[in-house]
Amino acid sequence: MAVPAIRISSVTKQYGRLQALGGVSLEIAQGEFFGLLGPNGAGKTTLISALAGLVRADGGTLEVMGHDVVSDYRNARRSLGVVPQELVFDPFFTVRELLRIQSGYFGMRHNDDWIDEILASLDLTTKASSNMRSLSGGMKRRVLVAQALVHRPPVIVLDEPTAGVDVELRQGLWQFVRKLNTDGHTIVLTTHYLEEAETLCGRIAMLKGGKVVALDTTQNLLNRFATHSLRVRVTNRAVALELGGRAVEGNWVEFAFEAFADVEQLLARLREGHADVTEMALGEPDLERVFIEVMHRD
Amino acid sequence: MTERQQRIEAGRDAPWVGFRTLLYKEVLRFWKVAFQTVMAPVLNAVLFLLIFSHVLDRHVTVYGDIAYTTFLVPGLVMMSLLQNAFANSSSSLIQSKITGNIIFVLLPPLSYREFYAAYVIASILRGLFVGLGVLLISVPFVEFHMAHPLWVLTFAVLGGAILSSLGVIAGIWADKFDQLAAFQNFLIMPLTMLSGVFYSIHSLPPLWQDVSHANPFFFMIDGFRYGFFGQSDVSPWLSLGVVSGCFVLLATLTLAMLARGYKLRA
Repeated sequence: MAVPAIRISSVTKQYGRLQALGGVSLEIAQGEFFGLLGPNGAGKTTLISALAGLVRADGGTLEVMGHDVVSDYRNARRSLGVVPQELVFDPFFTVRELLRIQSGYFGMRHNDDWIDEILASLDLTTKASSNMRSLSGGMKRRVLVAQALVHRPPVIVLDEPTAGVDVELRQGLWQFVRKLNTDGHTIVLTTHYLEEAETLCGRIAMLKGGKVVALDTTQNLLNRFATHSLRVRVTNRAVALELGGRAVEGNWVEFAFEAFADVEQLLARLREGHADVTEMALGEPDLERVFIEVMHRD
Repeated sequence: MTERQQRIEAGRDAPWVGFRTLLYKEVLRFWKVAFQTVMAPVLNAVLFLLIFSHVLDRHVTVYGDIAYTTFLVPGLVMMSLLQNAFANSSSSLIQSKITGNIIFVLLPPLSYREFYAAYVIASILRGLFVGLGVLLISVPFVEFHMAHPLWVLTFAVLGGAILSSLGVIAGIWADKFDQLAAFQNFLIMPLTMLSGVFYSIHSLPPLWQDVSHANPFFFMIDGFRYGFFGQSDVSPWLSLGVVSGCFVLLATLTLAMLARGYKLRA
């Protein structure tokens, strides 16, 4: 059986009185597109930082491609590329200089062919000789992705890569990341855009208060937690609200239901209450609902 | 072929590449702004030289018959070297911490020893460039020869290494630029100025001579000056012992901080 891309076992981290990670355990298989979700302060960035060696865990172990991040840190770090959340850059250098330097840090010389390939893939070729200071925010974000890929890591972590990024760049970035995943790279993504996570990630872990509160395939999470919704426009809103509906806007009321058989009963009861339905729309379960349900469960 | 051999073939794992790259980056960082990091300190030292030599050269001699300006030059060279070695590592680290790009040095598989060595050697090099600049620009003003060039080089490198290590400590410790400025203004600057750059401690009252002996910067400058004149306030061997001891102490402290990940890997 192949070594997991990431293995996290009972990892704890305390900052003063704050428990940032309270015994997190999870495994991510090679080739997965994995989502790490949670509200602010849930411990996502701490977990990623511990994985990357930027933070030292108080307890537990973390491995990347079978390499312990402490005792075998050189191989663990070679196996990992991290795209940080913040738009950070070194203002002294051009894009190409930065990528050459980053290659060198990872022990790689004569890496220009691969650098050219990454620059082309990220549409940065024309900016190769530009100083980082002169680039737009979107371009800087692409350079961060390039820096994470420069040593050809099998595992790539993207920590909220699309925060504050325009739609066009976001689409381009996801297309590129999908291609990396198709090529065999393991992708770990943290994001607040749940729609993105739902579309991209095959499996998802949700963190709350430094603990994993949900871990399953995206489809299972949707099936397990989320209910369908029915939105109706009615002639008598008061009746619909009495039946457990949620006011939306105008005469629209939303009902949540688990089985489609419930819809028929609901419509019958509305008719009985003389609340005629003039329009209606069915809503599929989505990750946002799952997320809200999971976060409010305990 | 093993996985490791394949990596070596592909250019990865070539010995010291990570360390050499970090060293290259640190040198390139100050070299790209050499007008500010090398030329400006040289100009400062020349101003000191012009003013002090104009005021004091005809009135003061040191070690019997050495003209004051001739005496002053090695002190200025060493002072500039030390201050710039400190400035290099400390400013590089605090800038990287504050802008967040320190992450690019922390993510790769560099050991804390490689990290230390790269920052310290780059800072010594900047100190040596500045020191050499001050020395060359002083040539039209003074006549001297180096009595013991090896002593000059030894104290230049050791002094630079001490201040570079202090710079690494300060750069890691400080969270804000004003904390770093405090370190520089309240520790480095007084210790440098009161170390005998501008005078021989034999011209001081006995109490202040004793106080000077508690200042390690005095031994760096006195030992360095011995290399030029073959004369010094204390034995160069004593200076070498004190300076070497200080370097070992600071290197150990800095390496321990880096090994623990103090303020870098929280």
